[in-house]
Amino acid sequence: MQKRFMCIWFRHLLTDWVTIRKPDLKDTALVIAAPERGRMIITAANQLAEQQGIYKGTTVADARAASSGLEVLDDEPGKAAKLLRLLGLRCIRYTPIVAIDLPDGLILDISGCAHLWGGEREYLKEIILKLRAKGFDARGAIADTIGAAWAVARFGKVSPIIAAGMQAAAITALSPEALRLEADVLERLKKLGFRTIGSFMSMPGSVLRRRFGNGILVRLRQALDFEKEVITPLIPPVPYQERLPCMEPIKTATGIEVAIQQLLEQLCTRLQSEGMGVRKAVLKCYRVDGKMVQVGISTNRGSHSVSHLFKLFNLQIDKIEPALGIELFILEAPKVEEIDPVPEQLWANQPGLEDTTLAELLDKLAGKVGLNTISRYLPVEHYWPERSVKQAISLQEQPPTSWRTDRQRPVRLLSRPEKVEVMALIPDYPPKIFVYRGKRHTIQRADGPERIEREWWLDQGDHRDYYTVEDTDGCRYWLFRSGHYDNEGVEWFIHGFFA
Amino acid sequence: MPDTRKDIISQLQKDILLWEGFRPPTADEGGTFGLGPIEAAFPNGVFPTGNIHEFLTEDISQAAASGGFIAGLLSVLMRNGGACLWIGMAQTVFPPALKAFGVQPHRVIFINLMHEHDVLWAMEEALKCSGLAAVIGEVRAIDFKQSRRLQLAVEQSRVTGFILRDAGQLGNTACTARWRVTSLPSEPVDDLPGLGHPRWQVDLLRVRNGKPGSWVMEWANEQFITHPAIQHHETLTQAG
Repeated sequence: MQKRFMCIWFRHLLTDWVTIRKPDLKDTALVIAAPERGRMIITAANQLAEQQGIYKGTTVADARAASSGLEVLDDEPGKAAKLLRLLGLRCIRYTPIVAIDLPDGLILDISGCAHLWGGEREYLKEIILKLRAKGFDARGAIADTIGAAWAVARFGKVSPIIAAGMQAAAITALSPEALRLEADVLERLKKLGFRTIGSFMSMPGSVLRRRFGNGILVRLRQALDFEKEVITPLIPPVPYQERLPCMEPIKTATGIEVAIQQLLEQLCTRLQSEGMGVRKAVLKCYRVDGKMVQVGISTNRGSHSVSHLFKLFNLQIDKIEPALGIELFILEAPKVEEIDPVPEQLWANQPGLEDTTLAELLDKLAGKVGLNTISRYLPVEHYWPERSVKQAISLQEQPPTSWRTDRQRPVRLLSRPEKVEVMALIPDYPPKIFVYRGKRHTIQRADGPERIEREWWLDQGDHRDYYTVEDTDGCRYWLFRSGHYDNEGVEWFIHGFFA
Repeated sequence: MPDTRKDIISQLQKDILLWEGFRPPTADEGGTFGLGPIEAAFPNGVFPTGNIHEFLTEDISQAAASGGFIAGLLSVLMRNGGACLWIGMAQTVFPPALKAFGVQPHRVIFINLMHEHDVLWAMEEALKCSGLAAVIGEVRAIDFKQSRRLQLAVEQSRVTGFILRDAGQLGNTACTARWRVTSLPSEPVDDLPGLGHPRWQVDLLRVRNGKPGSWVMEWANEQFITHPAIQHHETLTQAG
């Protein structure tokens, strides 16, 4: 397809922006200046200033002499790039590929976009008018090459739209500056009397190179569409894409599985390193007969787990019809999102806990209520009850030690022990009566004490003497006394409930 | 011909149940829970897996007793390596305790949600997932419509669902069985001092197409042991 490019030139980018922010400066000569070698040099001037002969590169002192009411503002480094980026993002609505052209322009790849606005003329008008309505003095041009569009946008006087293949004619009358050349080359060209591009365009390449260096040739060839010019789009289109060409056409489900696995591994490695997860992915299969079949998946939550995504794709494989064979697989992730890197492993598949449907279910639940609500516990070698379990990071994480069964533990544990009033007859004996939430429980049977020491290397405090008690109703409780009995102000707590 | 008529009626009752979506499991499918006489209270004499069971809890000690009883049932449901989901509003279950009831605590996934409607939603989604052995949900109340949704979900997936709910605001629900488990004083083992095995009074307050009843159960040596039943049908049917 014939490429078409559009270049937009903001003649007074920085000053226009200032005027938009401060409309009362509209009728003032305005310049932006930055210190350079001890002097204030003007880096941008608005139209009024230019009418008074103040241009970029003049010193502020000279400018003030020329114009009495001159407004001088300080330059903000990187401002132009920031502004262009914002403007470029606004232009995404016209084409997906927009690039910044520092210091004062944008490049749009408009191939196949203009007809949506009813032609290139309307398209150009729409963009330029929108920008002008915002307050930016913008000029635009459309051509087959970036070079030609750039030249015409800035120096063109005839028509902003250069028909396909007419770029040579369009730039021939323009000054050499329109070729984006370096200052010293321009100087030399001027000295030698080359006032237009046309005057040296037809010269042999070797002659130009010897006199002016390789740069001029490259620029000329780029403008005339003999050489491709690459732009860096502001937002890379479909950034997450993996290709897998096949030597032999793939016809079997196993082959497709292998391909998906391989593509997912490549994609997920990249996603993992960027901390991103797939929300939507599309697998495009280009067949030998020239047709393309595609299947798509989506997740409730971004995932870069190969096994999880593979499971989702696995359900779709039967929808892929290989016919004579598939020669190219392309895996795209049009929608990705940032994800929490650590718990991602939760979704990995592993026999035991580990069923496809369970992983999908957790995916769904986590997608709605959040991952932090889901927990699984593993035993840890600590006697202290609060520390005897830890949260598993992933579904496949196996218990590092076995669960202890030598001591009874309550089915329900209070996250924070609650204080109870007790009556204990003899030291180091279980209490006779305790009052919990205003209810008096008379203890009939008791086991204990089970002394659990605090792990002094982890925290400080009293040990606990646990008693398993049963009241006259048959309810079983886990009580403990904090510290030794003989201590003053000994405290009793309830910590759990047995079945 | 009173016998034939009775047979016909019981056959029709079974048919109606089938049409309602209730599928009594056969003996080989459900496995034995060792519940002894309680199992006899259910249709076909088999504990109905793949159904919703409702447990009434008045306070936290009753919730603990119900938790222990359910854990005993889970040990059978999860014996094939399945996982289960325990969905609630606050984490009060202490996983190490489940080990005593024959459940591998690391195969239980706990989900703690902020809102009750989230619990019911998560429970419904979980019950649709046939890869699970069981789903336990802790809610304050559940109405007929919500319980019907859960029951419809398990009819497809054959997952067993347990609902722990407050005893207040009891309405009609679509659950297959309504239980109440209360702790009872334990009996000393071999005349040793201290506590014996966990013992409960298990009341089956309602059961679809079965006979409600009340039993005394004990959990000892990783299995249920039933003690001679104390029957009080009249009071129970009133309560249910």
